[in-house]
Amino acid sequence: MGMTLAEKILARASGRETVAPDQIVTASIDLAMSHENADLVRKSFREIGAARVWDPDRIVIILDHRVPAESEITAATHKAIREFVEAQHIRHFYDVGRGGICHQVLAERGHVLPGMVVVGTDSHTTTHGAFGAFATGIGATEMAGVWTEGSLWFKVPATIRIEVNGDLAPWVSAKDLILYIIGELGADGADYRAVEFDGPVIADLTVASRMVLTNLAMEMGAKVAFTPVDGALLEYLYERTGSEIPLSLSFESDPDADYERVIFVDAGDSIPEPVVACPHSVDRVRPVSDLEDVRVNQAVLGSCTNGRLEDLELAARVIGSRKVHPRTRLLVVPASQQVYLDAIRLGYIQRLVAAGAMVNPPGCGPCVGVHQGILAAGEVCISSTNRNFIGRMGSKDSQVYLASPAVVAASAVAGHIAHPGDIGKGVAA
Amino acid sequence: MSAIRGKVAVKLGDHIDTDLIYPGRFLNITDRDKTPQHLFELAYPEIRGQLGAGDFLVAGRNFGCGSSREQATSAIKLAGCGAVIAASFARIFFRNSINLGLPVVVSPRAAAGLQPGDEVVVDLAAGRILNLRTEESYPATPLDQQAVELLEAGGLIPYLKRKHGY
Repeated sequence: MGMTLAEKILARASGRETVAPDQIVTASIDLAMSHENADLVRKSFREIGAARVWDPDRIVIILDHRVPAESEITAATHKAIREFVEAQHIRHFYDVGRGGICHQVLAERGHVLPGMVVVGTDSHTTTHGAFGAFATGIGATEMAGVWTEGSLWFKVPATIRIEVNGDLAPWVSAKDLILYIIGELGADGADYRAVEFDGPVIADLTVASRMVLTNLAMEMGAKVAFTPVDGALLEYLYERTGSEIPLSLSFESDPDADYERVIFVDAGDSIPEPVVACPHSVDRVRPVSDLEDVRVNQAVLGSCTNGRLEDLELAARVIGSRKVHPRTRLLVVPASQQVYLDAIRLGYIQRLVAAGAMVNPPGCGPCVGVHQGILAAGEVCISSTNRNFIGRMGSKDSQVYLASPAVVAASAVAGHIAHPGDIGKGVAA
Repeated sequence: MSAIRGKVAVKLGDHIDTDLIYPGRFLNITDRDKTPQHLFELAYPEIRGQLGAGDFLVAGRNFGCGSSREQATSAIKLAGCGAVIAASFARIFFRNSINLGLPVVVSPRAAAGLQPGDEVVVDLAAGRILNLRTEESYPATPLDQQAVELLEAGGLIPYLKRKHGY
């Protein structure tokens, strides 16, 4: 019996020939990422009592949740992290103004390579399965254990394979595809599982769009999620690392691997138009055209899900020379300093600002509900982010709808949830 | 540690997420002792007054879904909760609980059958929950040996201190 990619990576990292689902293994960790909660990790690490971290070069710390510091408490937290980083000789530290959202920075700086075991104190660490890594979120104390020992126990997950065929309809993006899948499987439909996305539709997606799938797979409970390690990915990595990945290594599941479940999606038939996840759960998914009477107070374009260059480009194209609707605020949050610079250079930021958007500094922005765009009671937001839990972006009596960058941009212009094809007459999909 | 006893103080529904348990706006509090002050702050702040020392919290499917924030676990644990029994847990919350020494028990039948006020005995390693009020017994998923050892040590920090002799 062959192995899935998740099984192969855990077998290698735990020094075994083979592993099987439900087996408990101790795997060595290749990369350990934290953001502001590095301060919690630091405190647990101090309580454990080790003097030095196991390998400072395998630790990456990126400030993104509250940048720049929005309060004195956060400022003290940032300061404590800077002091720890210096004392422990952690050189992969991205301070305010140098990085952006942790998952985007790991990707664009080439930190993650196929076959790695990556843990991060952020649930959306599953994103890095787009680079062929077994990547998952853990808590702060568990990370303190990783900083101490450089290894962690895992239960080997069973794998669900999702093969996507057909063609994406006009205006339907990776975001719509994954929201559709979550709507079908439910918010716990892939609990504890590895998920593999494959098929011709996935092969045609950019690396940035593949990251949308692996990022949001977490919202159906996935432990890890993968998209294929193929030529497009190797090219992306070569541009960032300057090194070739040896093709002799196998970063795909064996043909006779044992899947718990195989799901086939025909993208064109199943998703004829963009979709939106309604409050207050990511699996309450409906076609955009059903929601056009929903008025929007705020539109957010950003996050580790959809704050990349292609997302800003699309939003700028949808908006064109139009203005943001008078009753709506459009907040744009580039995912990183690099995305911000590129979007300035290419004119997207200029176009969005001219339309009436406010640009927030690169980081998590309003997604976590701590600053830069909090919602009042009764307000409605359409957002390219990943969570619409009660109170996620402010008042417990506010509402967040999740959608693609194109739908967010169209809704910002229309003042209500809108299909980008309806407001964008003359704009090519 | 293998058997624990407590009273069901609170019963919640499905998909109770970490923003409901511990809102994002308080994540810059990194002192664990202060986290119970904001437990269920947005939607169910009354639970803070209902959870007595050693009391159990019962919930439906996918408890703790969402963020990796450990404050969600520490707020429940340090509010005095003795165990969480749920139909299922989101995986990061489940591991955080084991690592902070908060027993977590998977039992769809107990999650459906238990009511506030019930006195309960849980055998973690054997995977059995006994309702002392009704004398019903519910099967639970036995905890893996690794998780039992961590809970018995009081969590990952004391476990690693002892292992490495710090």
